[in-house]
Amino acid sequence: MLSNFIVPDLVPAAPELFVLAMACVILIVDLFVKSKERTLTFVLTQLTLVVSATITFYTVSYDKTYTFANMFVDDQLADLLKLLLDLTVIVVLFYARGYIAERVSMAKGEFYVLVLFATLGMMVMISANHLLVLYLGLEMMSLSIYAMVALNRDSTQATEAAMKYFVLGALASGLLLYGMSMVYGATGTLEITEIAQALAQGAVNKTILVFGLVFLVAGIAFKLGVVPFHMWIPDVYHGAPTPVTLLIASAPKLAAFAMVIRLLVNGLFFLSPDWQQMLMILAVLSMAIGNLAAIAQTNIKRMLAYSAISHMGFMLLGMVSGVVDGDARYAMNAYSSSMFYMVAYVITSVAGFGMILLLARAGFEADSLDDFKGLNKRSPWFASMMMVVMFSMAGIPFFVGFFAKFSVLLAVVAAGHIWLAIVAVLFSLIGAFYYLRVVKIMYFDAPIDNSPIPASLDTKLLLSANGLAVALLGLFPHALMYLCAVALISSL
Amino acid sequence: MEFKTYVFYFLSAVLVYAALRVITARNPVHAALHLVLSFFSAGGIWALLQAEFLAISIVLVYVGAVMVLFLFVVMMLDINMDRIREGFWNYLPLGAMVGLLMVLEMGAIIGTQYLGASEAQVPQTPAGVSNVKELGRLLFTEYVYPFELASVILLVALVAAIVLTHRGVKKSKYTDPAKQVFVKAADRIRVLQMPAEKQD
Repeated sequence: MLSNFIVPDLVPAAPELFVLAMACVILIVDLFVKSKERTLTFVLTQLTLVVSATITFYTVSYDKTYTFANMFVDDQLADLLKLLLDLTVIVVLFYARGYIAERVSMAKGEFYVLVLFATLGMMVMISANHLLVLYLGLEMMSLSIYAMVALNRDSTQATEAAMKYFVLGALASGLLLYGMSMVYGATGTLEITEIAQALAQGAVNKTILVFGLVFLVAGIAFKLGVVPFHMWIPDVYHGAPTPVTLLIASAPKLAAFAMVIRLLVNGLFFLSPDWQQMLMILAVLSMAIGNLAAIAQTNIKRMLAYSAISHMGFMLLGMVSGVVDGDARYAMNAYSSSMFYMVAYVITSVAGFGMILLLARAGFEADSLDDFKGLNKRSPWFASMMMVVMFSMAGIPFFVGFFAKFSVLLAVVAAGHIWLAIVAVLFSLIGAFYYLRVVKIMYFDAPIDNSPIPASLDTKLLLSANGLAVALLGLFPHALMYLCAVALISSL
Repeated sequence: MEFKTYVFYFLSAVLVYAALRVITARNPVHAALHLVLSFFSAGGIWALLQAEFLAISIVLVYVGAVMVLFLFVVMMLDINMDRIREGFWNYLPLGAMVGLLMVLEMGAIIGTQYLGASEAQVPQTPAGVSNVKELGRLLFTEYVYPFELASVILLVALVAAIVLTHRGVKKSKYTDPAKQVFVKAADRIRVLQMPAEKQD
């Protein structure tokens, strides 16, 4: 009986295995690092991510490959998302380095190890073809992030944020697991492709399935941070140390998008009329509450948190427009526009939070809107970078955010939801107010402090490149759009 | 109804009662002990479903190890439950209403079909096959990927717990000569200005 065990093919999972092995190595190497700045740990972590991205790039699978008893799937969607994920985390760590080295309570090697474990969790989520694996990846990511939020132990704000995040995250995991158990009860399998098969063949108790779907959507909504499961976002973004906020605001969004695709599209596509309705409500509520609440914020991290809620709502619009009256002709277009929106948002938000880190220095957080006053006088270059980021988030042509919004709106109109498109545009218009207010503050207000910008050269260069990417992708969005479309087609 | 059904209802009733007592008991030790009872009855229900391995492991792992640690902590910390439960009765009406509403809604959706639930079809284990052995085989072959992932999560928890609680090693209590030399009078004495008080 034991002899029929076949060793699984490890090549598709090579990036994950490498990251796991290196995370363990770095954990041990860090014990022997004497320097306060943890340079060796930092370099090794970055190398790990670079090599992981390289492995992903050179093992791109042109058709779906399954391994580990069909629990792990490697397709072009997974490869593209993993590449973007590695790149995002690399950039995040470069931005975070200066901030962390200046603060004693955070300058620990474990920060980098936890980042690697969180990355590993996200990679597992991206490649999951099994509900259990998806859940384990999610927990690995969340657990690492909870700890990172609380890393600055002496700050009551950070501890409170971590506590809230942990308790609400546990609740969301519970909802998700309950939904998964219902789906398991109805279909008799946990494997996502088998769930899809069972649904296609019919003979499934649909009441139980839809009942479970409600909980699944609630769990996903929590991870995306859309209304009414958004309560944790402002507090966690605000309370967490800025580098951790930067991480939470970027990479996990890619993983959450993969979760949406794997669960709802790959697994429960048959139920799309049901989940589209649910997502539609979530999307409209998030755009409304996110944009309106962001106006009242004086803290820029909090403002960007509410903006994140509204952006996730906008992204969901694409997921809503896939199937119209059982006709899935536009599904490809709609889902790839959502993916493009997500990638564009991640690139932009990394630059936005990077700016806050750029202005921060030892013992000073530049997280109030007032800290951006008169930035143009202090550094015209970075003021213009921040302007690009704000314009892109507001969806002003011709920045990447504009094309992201545009392609999602095209998909919404193609699906015939004209009113939804009008609502989305109206709320984006309201949102433009608080983005443009930041620009106004930077250019027309007098600076409060005139000190030069303290960041290191590599951060400055990378942030400039990041800002330019937002501008250039706005001028030439087609390559990225094409990549998203190709990747999505391969996953269906 | 056969005997098994009575046992099921008895265990379920005990489980529900114990779970309720966990959140309503005034004394934290009583709450923890009721949690033990609820785990134990859940184990009993699993045993009825012929999932004996689960039943044994919940008793060994949760009751035997986790809950004992839990009781230790509760007894050592001397938690003031009255302060934690402040506002419990204020929020109870609203919470109970929302909870009741949800139960009713869920019941309306799935209850009508399943309220008179008959006994679930438990697959009969053929003779000569050991449940535990099969579980073990699956865990290390087909489910090796999630199994390893779970172990990585444990490692993450370990690292996180240490990094959040460890405050560095203090080898000895010594005074730093450099700091002693640089000390100023202002560091040693704090002069407070206070208005004079009148003697009655």
